[in-house]
Amino acid sequence: MHRIVEKQVLTPVTKLLVVDAPLVARRCEPGQFVIVRVAEAGERIPLTIADFQRSAGTVTLVFQEVGYTTQVLGTKEEGDFILDVVGPLGVPAELLAEGRVACIGGGVGVAPVYPKAKALYQSGVEVVSIIGARSHDLLIMEDMMQAVSHQLHVCTDDGSSGYHGFVTAKLQQLLEAGEKFDEVIAVGPLLMMRAAAEVTRSRGIKTLVSLNSIMVDGTGMCGACRVTVGGKTQFCCVDGPMFDGHQVDFAEAVRRSLMYQEEEKTALLQCGCRGGSE
Amino acid sequence: MASRPGKVKMPTQPAAERVRNFQEVALGFDAGLAQQEAVRCIQCKKPVCIQGCPVNVKIPEFIQLIADGDFSGAARLIKETNNLPAICGRVCPQEEQCEKYCVLGKRFEPVAIGRLERFAADWELKEGVTPPARPERKPGKVAVVGAGPAGLTCAGDLARRGYEVTMFEALHAPGGVLIYGIPEFRLPKAIVQAEVEYVLSLGVQLVTNVIVGRTLTVEDLFQDGYDAVFLGTGAGLPKFMNIPGENLNGVYSANEWLTRTNLMKAYQFPSWDTPIKVGQRVAVVGGGNVAMDAVRCALRLGAAEATIVYRRSRQEMPARAEEVDHAEHEQVQFKFLCNPTRVLGNERGWVEGLECICMELGEPDASGRRRPVEVKGSEFVLDVDTVVMALGTSPNPIVAQTTPGLSAHRWGGLVVDGTGLTSKAGVWAGGDAVTGSATVILAMGAGKTAAEAMVKYLEEKYRTWNGGGGHRPTP
Ligand SMILES: Cc1cc2nc3c(=O)[nH]c(=O)nc-3n(C[C@H](O)[C@H](O)[C@H](O)COP(=O)(O)OP(=O)(O)OC[C@H]3O[C@@H](n4cnc5c(N)ncnc54)[C@H](O)[C@@H]3O)c2cc1C
Ligand SMILES: Cc1cc2nc3c(=O)[nH]c(=O)nc-3n(C[C@H](O)[C@H](O)[C@H](O)COP(=O)(O)OP(=O)(O)OC[C@H]3O[C@@H](n4cnc5c(N)ncnc54)[C@H](O)[C@@H]3O)c2cc1C
Ligand code: SF4
Ligand code: SF4
Ligand code: FES
Repeated sequence: MHRIVEKQVLTPVTKLLVVDAPLVARRCEPGQFVIVRVAEAGERIPLTIADFQRSAGTVTLVFQEVGYTTQVLGTKEEGDFILDVVGPLGVPAELLAEGRVACIGGGVGVAPVYPKAKALYQSGVEVVSIIGARSHDLLIMEDMMQAVSHQLHVCTDDGSSGYHGFVTAKLQQLLEAGEKFDEVIAVGPLLMMRAAAEVTRSRGIKTLVSLNSIMVDGTGMCGACRVTVGGKTQFCCVDGPMFDGHQVDFAEAVRRSLMYQEEEKTALLQCGCRGGSE
Repeated sequence: MASRPGKVKMPTQPAAERVRNFQEVALGFDAGLAQQEAVRCIQCKKPVCIQGCPVNVKIPEFIQLIADGDFSGAARLIKETNNLPAICGRVCPQEEQCEKYCVLGKRFEPVAIGRLERFAADWELKEGVTPPARPERKPGKVAVVGAGPAGLTCAGDLARRGYEVTMFEALHAPGGVLIYGIPEFRLPKAIVQAEVEYVLSLGVQLVTNVIVGRTLTVEDLFQDGYDAVFLGTGAGLPKFMNIPGENLNGVYSANEWLTRTNLMKAYQFPSWDTPIKVGQRVAVVGGGNVAMDAVRCALRLGAAEATIVYRRSRQEMPARAEEVDHAEHEQVQFKFLCNPTRVLGNERGWVEGLECICMELGEPDASGRRRPVEVKGSEFVLDVDTVVMALGTSPNPIVAQTTPGLSAHRWGGLVVDGTGLTSKAGVWAGGDAVTGSATVILAMGAGKTAAEAMVKYLEEKYRTWNGGGGHRPTP
């Protein structure tokens, strides 16, 4: 059982939880994730370790309420318990030790990009961050990202704040203006990550993306998380979740992420809790 | 001489009924049937049956107790050497083990040792189990990694000897394959839980949700004060065929298919949250016990048709004959001598067929089985919408990769000596992690052998400290 020591409501559909998980906090590195199970009959879902506090033995999780499990998780308050938090899972991100890196986060993807930006920033790499959301009220972690970036660009699809347009359009704009990056890290919806990889492909800039495939165990045992990278099947949970965006078969990843669409609707209907767009 | 030539038959749920539920197929003996079977045993002076049991269950003695009506006594006797009798009585391939050696088997059917073992264990579970008295605490602390049959046995044996034992399990529930792989209708999860609780009642601590190699390393365990480590991490890594279309929606590994169904209880979706896509027509590729479990789950999950696709013929199938019979009675279809070449998908990326090629049997290979060879131009398409790959598994590399000094074979199995000692001092291993997928009882036997060696190691390590008031040795 893992106690929730802090909760923040970042947007109506995005919550931040600081959770007691001393064993996870002891070893985790940026890029890794945990698998969470909320209740005995619950599903196991992966969530990125958005931040960690080793001495306090806590990890920070930021999630968007997109379906049944994340909505149930969203009803948990400070002092409540989460049944299982297991990790850290996945390969820690291989981060550059010097140079200039663009960190791009779209939607709830800002949360998983944050620990990488933070680690890069702390090791002296120049961090240019581009974060975005559909509209200003859905934008998360702006202050936190500001604190770990040398430059921060905010984008909204509807123009309600910052640059009017997608984060990937902003990236393109920066590149066209002559800005140079040694690496790009892009985390967000699959289509956003694909778009980011397309922007950098012709310029030959290495682009890391973090794939959010469907998972069960998270230890390489089931193969639910298979993705094709560079023509080879990889298990996202043990070989990833960070992969070279230029090598990823995004069409397959999108298709596989929709595998349980009908069942996800059924689950939502039976739960009787609030809809995702409170 | 035995009063009857054949085993007393085990009552089962009728096939037509059971394919619609997940309840146990084999219903077990009642006291009367058990005693009828027990008197068939001729109580050999030299009971050869025992040599077929990797944990040396005192077979004639416990059978005599059943014949005498002392059912709980029989269970206690079995448990002197076997911590998990209700499980073994159900899933041991007895025809290959204890029963293979039974002298009655020469002329008649052997004594139904497994069924009797199950009966005694079930009886005791129903009556309520009293854990044995805790022995005197011995100096020495052991970490057991993985709570499958190997780990449970090693941990239980060490706890019985007075050692402090903590078991670390990656999943949220203990049991290993017993809980995530073998389906409810062959091995009810309540039985697994009850027998795991028995092991815990011997004094074993269990910590779930710890992946050694990720959450903690073996080095961390030594640093945290453990004197010795047992690795019972199983062979959990699924194999795929590497044929086109294998990542289409609707293609599962048997591990995923069974884990969703058993551990996550997808057959109770949506009251349990984890879904599974069953489809109308399911093909399961493979011919072992895992394939049988997967295909029988498919029917129970609601598939209209479920087919085994196996590249050799019926005789070469590694699955237990009893399981194949059960599957046949449940109307599972069998396509022998055919091998998948490609999974076909529709425009939305879902499976809509499995292209196979016919095979014929050629010369015997290294395993002595005749090698299947493709018949040119014989491709045909099986009309299915779900494919489950049950092609075997190999050990997970996480622990080997993160433990300096721990050697593994190229195929993943850990290198050990006859006692289970690995290439790293203080670290033992056993079960599927060493052998690749084998059986529950072999894993338990390996756990037992290692526990024996670990006791010696700990006694040696603490001898001076124990007797002479010296310092506690540093790990
Ligand atoms: C490595 C990794 C890190 C992730 N990190 C975060 C994060 O930090 N914050 C965040 O909000 N989300 C994250 N996700 C996605 C998150 O796991 C899903 O949003 C969550 O599982 C949805 O569950 P649900 O029951 O609420 O929704 P559902 O209604 O079940 O599904 C909604 C969507 O989530 C996906 N999904 C469903 N079940 C699973 C599953 N078991 N595993 C993975 N995806 C699933 C489906 O593709 C679907 O598109 C991450 C995913 C991965 C693989
Ligand atoms: C579907 C199926 C049906 C079977 N049917 C039969 C049968 O009828 N009869 C029979 O005798 N055998 C059967 N077997 C084989 C039998 O189940 C195995 O041989 C046996 O379970 C092996 O035991 P084990 O303890 O070595 O490993 P497992 O049972 O695999 O247990 C290993 C445990 O270690 C955990 N683990 C793995 N890595 C780590 C880590 N890094 N840190 C912490 N924990 C970890 C796993 O989560 C698991 O709980 C079947 C197998 C399958 C898959
Ligand atoms: S444990 Fe298995 S092999 Fe041993 S006696 Fe029991 S059924 Fe036979
Ligand atoms: S060999 Fe058969 S008959 Fe003889 S003791 Fe064992 S079970 Fe009984
Ligand atoms: S989630 Fe099961 S193998 Fe990756």
